[in-house]
Amino acid sequence: MTDFEPTIIAFVCNWCTYTAADLAGTSRLSYPKNIRLVRVMCTGMVDSQYIIKALLEGADGVLVSGCHPGDCHYINGNYKARRRIKLLREILTQFGFEKERVRLTWIGASDGIQFAENMHKLVNQIKELGPNEAKMKMVI
Amino acid sequence: MAKTANIEVKNQDILKSLREFFRSVLQLEDISAILVPLHLPMKNVVMPALITDPVHLDDADPLAPVFPMNGAKLVSRLTRKPVGGKIAVVLRSCEIRAYVELVKLKQGTTDETVILGTDCLGAYNNKDYLKFAGDDGKGSTVRFCESVLSGKGAAINGVDMATACKVCEYPVADGADISIGLLGMDTKKNLMAKALTLKGEELLNSLGLPQAGESGTRKAVVESLVAERKTCRDKMFAQTSEATGSLEKLTTYLANCINCYNCRVACPVCYCKECVFVTDVFNHEPSQYLQWARRKGVIKMPTDTIFYHITRMAHISTACVGCGQCSNACPNDIPVMELFRTVARRTQKAFDYEAGKNPEQAPPLSEFREQELSDVVGIN
Repeated sequence: MTDFEPTIIAFVCNWCTYTAADLAGTSRLSYPKNIRLVRVMCTGMVDSQYIIKALLEGADGVLVSGCHPGDCHYINGNYKARRRIKLLREILTQFGFEKERVRLTWIGASDGIQFAENMHKLVNQIKELGPNEAKMKMVI
Repeated sequence: MAKTANIEVKNQDILKSLREFFRSVLQLEDISAILVPLHLPMKNVVMPALITDPVHLDDADPLAPVFPMNGAKLVSRLTRKPVGGKIAVVLRSCEIRAYVELVKLKQGTTDETVILGTDCLGAYNNKDYLKFAGDDGKGSTVRFCESVLSGKGAAINGVDMATACKVCEYPVADGADISIGLLGMDTKKNLMAKALTLKGEELLNSLGLPQAGESGTRKAVVESLVAERKTCRDKMFAQTSEATGSLEKLTTYLANCINCYNCRVACPVCYCKECVFVTDVFNHEPSQYLQWARRKGVIKMPTDTIFYHITRMAHISTACVGCGQCSNACPNDIPVMELFRTVARRTQKAFDYEAGKNPEQAPPLSEFREQELSDVVGIN
C-alpha cells in the first residue's frame, strides 16, 4: 500500500479556506498534490450530492473546509454544512464507507501554515485507510 | 384534557358505524368536505376521495386493508392555500406522520383540517389487495377486520400484510385531532373516539356523543402489539443492515433497480418540486458514458442508481415515516422500505429526531446550534 496515492476532493470556501490555500501558495509552502481543490462560495452550498458523487466516482476522501464558527461570510453556512456532514456520515457508514473519508474542518483566511499542515495530515490518514472500495468496483 | 367518547356499533357492523360517524361529522356546519378512502363505483379498488354529498359515504371504507398511496400528499394538495372551510381527513398513522413532516416543510397546513385517525390494522400491498379482495371489496374488509381483531392475524388466503405494516410500531394515530380506536375495544358494541387536540375536542363536543372512559384492555392490547412489532422491526433492521453493509452488498441489494423513480413518486415526504434526477443534470453527454465505461471497463446502464438512492436518503431519511409506499411502488420488488427505514433509524437517532412525531420540532437539516457536533469537525 506504500505506493497508494489517494485522490482527495476538497470543497473549500472562497472567503476562508481557499484564501488560506492561496496564502500557503504565496508563502511557498508545499502541500500534497493529492488534494484537488474545488472553490465554492460557502461550505453551506456544498450539496450532499457533490460528496456522494465524489465518493461513488472513486475519490478516496472528501474534505469540506470553511470559515471558523462565527466567521462565516454568509453568517451561518458553515453550521449548516456541519449538520450535513453529520447526516452523510451516518448514511455512508451504513454502506461500509469509513467515516474518516468524509471530513470537515475550519481553516481561516490567515491560516496558510495550518492549511498546509492539515493537508499533509489528511493525506497520511487517507493513505492509511487505503483506497476507496468504489474505485475498483462497478458501482451501479 | 383529552375527551373520550363512544361510537356505538349497531348490528356488529363496524364499517357502517364508522360511516355514520363520518356522516355526522360531514353534516356539521363548519365541515365542508371529508377525505376518506372510498370503494370506487366503477372498479373494485379503494382510493381516497373528497366527499361533500353524504350519500357517497355509503361506499367509504376507512378500514380496507390497502392504501394505494400515502394520503399525506393529497392533504398537502388540499391545504396548499386557504379554501375557506374545514375539511375532515381520515388518515392512517403513517399518513398523519408524513403529513406532519410536509407541514413542517411548508407544503401544507393544518389550519383548515380536522384529522380523524383510525387505528391501523395494517394493509396489503396494492397487488396483494386486489387478489385478496377479489370481487367482494366491502365484504373482504369485514373479513379482514374480523380476522385481525380476533387475533387470527392478517395472513388470509395466501396473502399477508405488507412488510412495512408488519414492522410498524405506530398502529395508533397519535397525531390525529380525533383518534378512532378499534384495538382492544369490544368492537361488537363500541368504538372509541378520543380527542387529542382542542380542535378535536370541539368537534366531539358538537357531535354530542356519549362520554366514556378509556378502556383498560385497549392500553394492554396496544402495548403488546407495539412490542411485537418492535421485535419484528429490530430483526428487519439487523437483517437489512447486514445485507447492505458494504458498497458491494448495497450494489447487490439494488441490482434490479431500473431507475424508474417510482419510489420517489410514491414517497410522501420526497419534497422537491422537481427532482434533480429527471433534470438535464443527469441527461449526460453520450461521450460521458463512454468515458466512464473506459475508466472501469464496464458500467451498468442506466447509470447513477446508487447515487440516486443515497441522495434520496440524504434528502428524506430524517423525514421517513416508514409507510412502505416505496416498496409498494417498486416494479421489481426491491425491499426499498427496509433499506430506507434502516438508514432513517440511524439518521433520526443522530439528530435525536422522530419523523412525524412532534410538530413543534424543526426538521434537523433546517436548523443548527452554535455549539454542537464537534465529533465531525477537524483533522487530527
